[in-house]
Formats: sequence, C-alpha cells, structure tokens
Amino acid sequence: MLKIEGLTAEVEGKPILKGIDLTVPTGEVHAVMGPNGSGKSTLAYVLAGREGYAVTGGSVTWDGRDLLALEPEERAAAGLFLAFQYPVELPGVGNATFLRTALNAIRRARGEPELDAMQFLRLARERLRALSMPEEMLKRSVNVGFSGGEKKRNEILQMALLRPRLAVLDETDSGLDIDALRIVADGVNAMRGPDFTALVITHYQRLLDHIVPDRVHVLVDGRIVRSGGPELARELEREGYAALQAQAA
Amino acid sequence: MNLVTHAKGAAGFLHRFEGLRERLPGARLPWLAALRDEAAEAFRAQGFPTRRVEAWKYTDLQPVAAAGFDEPLTPVDDALDLPPARAGARAVFVDGRFRADLSSLDGLPFAAGALAQRLDALAGRLGALARPAEEPMAALNTMLFEDGLLLELPEGADGGVLELLSLATASERPAAFHPRHLIRLGRGARLTLIEAATAPEGARYLHNPVFEIELAEGARLTHGRLQEEAARAFQLATVYARVAAGATYDNFTLNAGGRLVRNEIHVALVGPRAACHMNGAQLLAGEQHADTTTALEHAAPSCTSRQTYNTVLMGRSRGVFQGRILVRQAAQKTDGYQMNRALLLSPEAEMDSKPQLEIYADDVKCSHGATVGELDPEQVFYLRSRGIPEGRARAMLVEAFLHEAVEGVTDEPLRRALDAAVAGWWARQEEGLAA
Repeated sequence: MLKIEGLTAEVEGKPILKGIDLTVPTGEVHAVMGPNGSGKSTLAYVLAGREGYAVTGGSVTWDGRDLLALEPEERAAAGLFLAFQYPVELPGVGNATFLRTALNAIRRARGEPELDAMQFLRLARERLRALSMPEEMLKRSVNVGFSGGEKKRNEILQMALLRPRLAVLDETDSGLDIDALRIVADGVNAMRGPDFTALVITHYQRLLDHIVPDRVHVLVDGRIVRSGGPELARELEREGYAALQAQAA
Repeated sequence: MNLVTHAKGAAGFLHRFEGLRERLPGARLPWLAALRDEAAEAFRAQGFPTRRVEAWKYTDLQPVAAAGFDEPLTPVDDALDLPPARAGARAVFVDGRFRADLSSLDGLPFAAGALAQRLDALAGRLGALARPAEEPMAALNTMLFEDGLLLELPEGADGGVLELLSLATASERPAAFHPRHLIRLGRGARLTLIEAATAPEGARYLHNPVFEIELAEGARLTHGRLQEEAARAFQLATVYARVAAGATYDNFTLNAGGRLVRNEIHVALVGPRAACHMNGAQLLAGEQHADTTTALEHAAPSCTSRQTYNTVLMGRSRGVFQGRILVRQAAQKTDGYQMNRALLLSPEAEMDSKPQLEIYADDVKCSHGATVGELDPEQVFYLRSRGIPEGRARAMLVEAFLHEAVEGVTDEPLRRALDAAVAGWWARQEEGLAA
C-alpha cells in the first residue's frame, strides 16, 4: 500500500505541494488529474527522490517503509518505477547496456541472480515484441533521436523489463498519437494484478479510457481537492478544472 | 611565471648542442649542419616559450625548463619489458633511438627503418614542413634529434598496420630525447600507424617528437597516437602534415599519461578534396596538464576537415584546447567542423578552450563549438531512478562521453587499441576513487 500523508514540498524555495493525503491500496490503479501547475510532476519527482525537490513535511510509506528516507536507486530496488514525462537522452549509452545494467542492479538488490547478455537479450526481445517495438531500438543510444512516441514506449519497455510493484506514470500520454497511446496502455494493463500498484498522472481523461483507474483524485494547487470513481475523469473532461480551481482559490 | 628558469632551461639544451654538434648524426652533411645551426639560432631566440607567447598562453613550460636533463644513457641491453604488440609490424625506439633488435619490420612492402641511417638521402625533405622559427619545440627537436622513423610507401602500396612504439627507461636524472619521424605516402598509398608512447612508472624524461608527414594525391594515413607516458614525464609533440588532392590524414590522439603534455598538430590541405580528421580524447587526473593545439590550413578548394576533442578532467588537472582553422581565399567550398567538449569531474579541475576561425574565402561552411560542464544531474537521476547506484550511474555517463570521442574512429585495429586504453584508464580511476 502507498500511503501519502500531509506531504508538503517546495522547489527552489517555492511551495508546490501543500499537504497531500492519498492512499493507494496494493493492486489498485489510481489516477491523479489536475491542471497545469497544480503539482502533478512535482509529486512524481518527490516520490522518485529527485534532487531539488525538497520535502518540507508529511510522510510517504510504501508497504510500511519510509520511502522518503531512501536514495532513488533504493526506491527502484524497493519496487518503485517512475515513467518520466520527458524521458532523458543519454548520448553514447546504448539502450541495451542501459536496460541490462538497470535490470541487473535491481535483481542484485533483490538478491536474484543477474542475467548474462544472452539471457537478457532473449527477455528484451520478448518484451519488445509485446510492445510492437523494433529490435533496433536496443542498439541506439538511450532516447537519442527517438520521436516523442518512441521515448514513451521506451519508458514502458523499461517498466516491462524491471517489473516494478509500484509505478508512477507522469503524463505518459502527452505527445502520443492514438496508436502509441493504445500500445502504452496495453503495456500498463498487462502489468495489472494483485501485486501491481500504480499512480497514473495525467492532464486529460483520454488515457483513462484505456487504463481504467480504480479511483481518480483531482490535484489543484498542491492539494487533492476531490476523489471519486472513474466517472470523475469524464466529469472533469466535460466541465474542466475551472470550477474546482475557483473552489480551491 | 619564472623567466629566469625558462632561460636557464633553454641554455642547458643550447650548451648540450654546442658540445654534441660534431657528433650528432649527419654532422658532416652540410645541409643538415646548416639546418641544425638555424634551429639552434631559432631556439636561442625563442627559448622555452613563456605564457606571454600567445600560442602558449595556457601551458607553462616552467616544469620542463626547470627539470635539468641529461643525455639518454648508452643503451644497456637489459631485458626490456615491451607492451604486447598492437600490429604485426613494429618499430621500437628506446629513449629515442631505433632498436632493430626489438623491432619487426622484415618483409614489409615498403621502406621502414631508422632515419639516422638514411640522412644522406633526405636533403630537402627533412625539415621541409617543420617550422623551427615559429615552433620552439620543433627548433629544439631539429637541433638535437638523433634518430626517428623513416617510412616511405610507394605509389599504390597498402602498408597495412604498423606500430611505432616509443619506450623510455628509468634513469637517475631525467633524460631528453627528440625523435624526428619522416613519413611519406605515394599516390593512393594507405597506412595505419599506431604510435604508442609509454615507460615504467616513475621514469622522468622529456619526449619531444616531431613528425613530418607528406601525403601524395589520394593517399590515406590513419595516425593513432596513444600517449601513455609515465606519470612524471613530459611529452611535447609536434606533428606537421601536408595533404595533397584527394588524400586523407586521419589523426586520433589519446592523451592519457604524462605530467605535462602538448599535442600540437599542423595540417595543410593543399590540393582539392583533401580531407583531415583530427580527433582525440584527453583523460586527465591528479596534477596532469594536457594541451591539444591544432592549426588547420585550408589552402585548396573543396576540402573537408573534422575535429572532435573530448576531455575528462579529475583531481586538479588542467586541460587546454586551442584550435585554429585558416581558410585561404582559394579554398572555396571548404567544409570545416570543430568541436571540443570537456567534462569536469572535480571542482578543482580546469579547462581552457580557444577556438579560432580565420576565413578569407566567401563560399565556406565552417562551424565550431565548445562545451565545458559537469555531469548532467538529470541524466544521473534518470539512471538512479532505474535502480543503478550513483557511482555506477556516473561511471556510465563518463564512459559514454569517452566512447563518443572514440566512436568516429573507423579503423578497427586502432579502435580496439583506443577502446582498451580508455577502458584501462577509467578502471584505474575507479580503483583510485574506490580506494
């Protein structure tokens, strides 16, 4: 279970998260929706442990562990995965090397045996096929020269390989055409099960047609102002955030 | 800056020249004696350049001037520890002297051997490219060289891969040696030359080589320079290359060793469609200082030049890149590119970078760029968020940066040698960091 209580955080001295309370029971997929500037990406980065995102109060626990006390790599080893809104380009780092290093680092941290190059390649090929991605993507530098859609699919490929127990998807739908969106959604849906928990962060309802959440939370100005079932997403799509923003102000 | 030291250091070498003058190889050849005398005059006039000289603004030769060198000792036939060969053919120089017994040059389809044995045939060629009046280290070399590698490939010859190994031995007082290498490729000839310079740890010496390289029409020379000198050594190398129509000079220099190092390259593209690739990586740590200075002259139309230098700096090291591109009026349709990047891994490291374009033709494509920075925290975070521990994440990014410099090398044997040298260097640094 992911439990966020009274979480406040600031970036460059500016308060962004102003007291977030949010619980995601294990096995559920929750959506966080909100207008631009409401703190959605900050929440994602705080959960993943990015430098420069200073937690000023509150707590985050994952299966009872204090997530905020862990280094980013320890959070990954504990099962957390952040799909970046803007995946980072790594010139000169081969995608295959990157994926294998990450997978083996996590396996090592979990006390599982590492995969050799052949074992890894077999696994990677299988996951690539499932995501309709060409094998050639393994040979390229990480995200370099990738289209927006390819970058997002590469995030999902990483998720499919690392098999996190807690995924945070930060606007994974932005910049995707409908086909890519479907592939990404299928990738996430394939992971769903009693041991997979996810927080899907998005501005639009569109993605939630494909990844149907158990709960929807609305983030406005650093606070969750409303929570509800999947129908809340459709309501927001119809009526916009304006009314909720006016309420929060 | 200590001008007195600079002057004293130069005086020591001039004094040595006076003493050796009659005994230097080729002393009885009037043209060579005149060449050496002129060089001595040039060196007397310039001495070791101080940082007031524009070309030496970022590199102070004070440690070289202050070192006080002796002649290399007469070779002792101790068993020398040679690094494994990088190619079937190998020319070995020990303290600047050719060692036929350690070399394997038999059966080559071209002339390769000790320059000192062939001086009588080199009038008008030795010294055709070097400019002692402009470059004081070339003056010092011309004044005192004893030997070097002479390579001549006839028209159309494929020379394969040849290794030039320069080995220094450890001695009580630092030795100085000034090999002079002359390389000429006839029309359409090809050669890969892998030059490696190394020595046992702790050896102190000055290695001051000068290369004069002439490439005839359509010839292609791939020249890899693996500088892995001993930690307290100096290497001040000057390369001159003259590239005729349709010929290609490919230089890749790895600066990984030495205390104070300068890699100075002068290339003139003198015929249409000549090409030059000058690339390199500088891997610096501790108190190392490495300087790459390039001067590229586009003198003919439709020539291409590409330069990429990547420098990684740790500890209190200092890196320098100076790159001048001169495009003469006749050199229309010039395509020139120059890039140098530096990665600072320590707050105490420093990089100086000075690109310089001088363009006198109007139909020219010429660009240059320079970046100096630390590891990108966003990239480090991306890797860590995937479970990769911070140390490993940083190492991966440094390796990628180094890889980027080497990936343009298409010659397989050279590429392998460079990859091994880069990987070895980084492994040593990681051990050092872990210790």
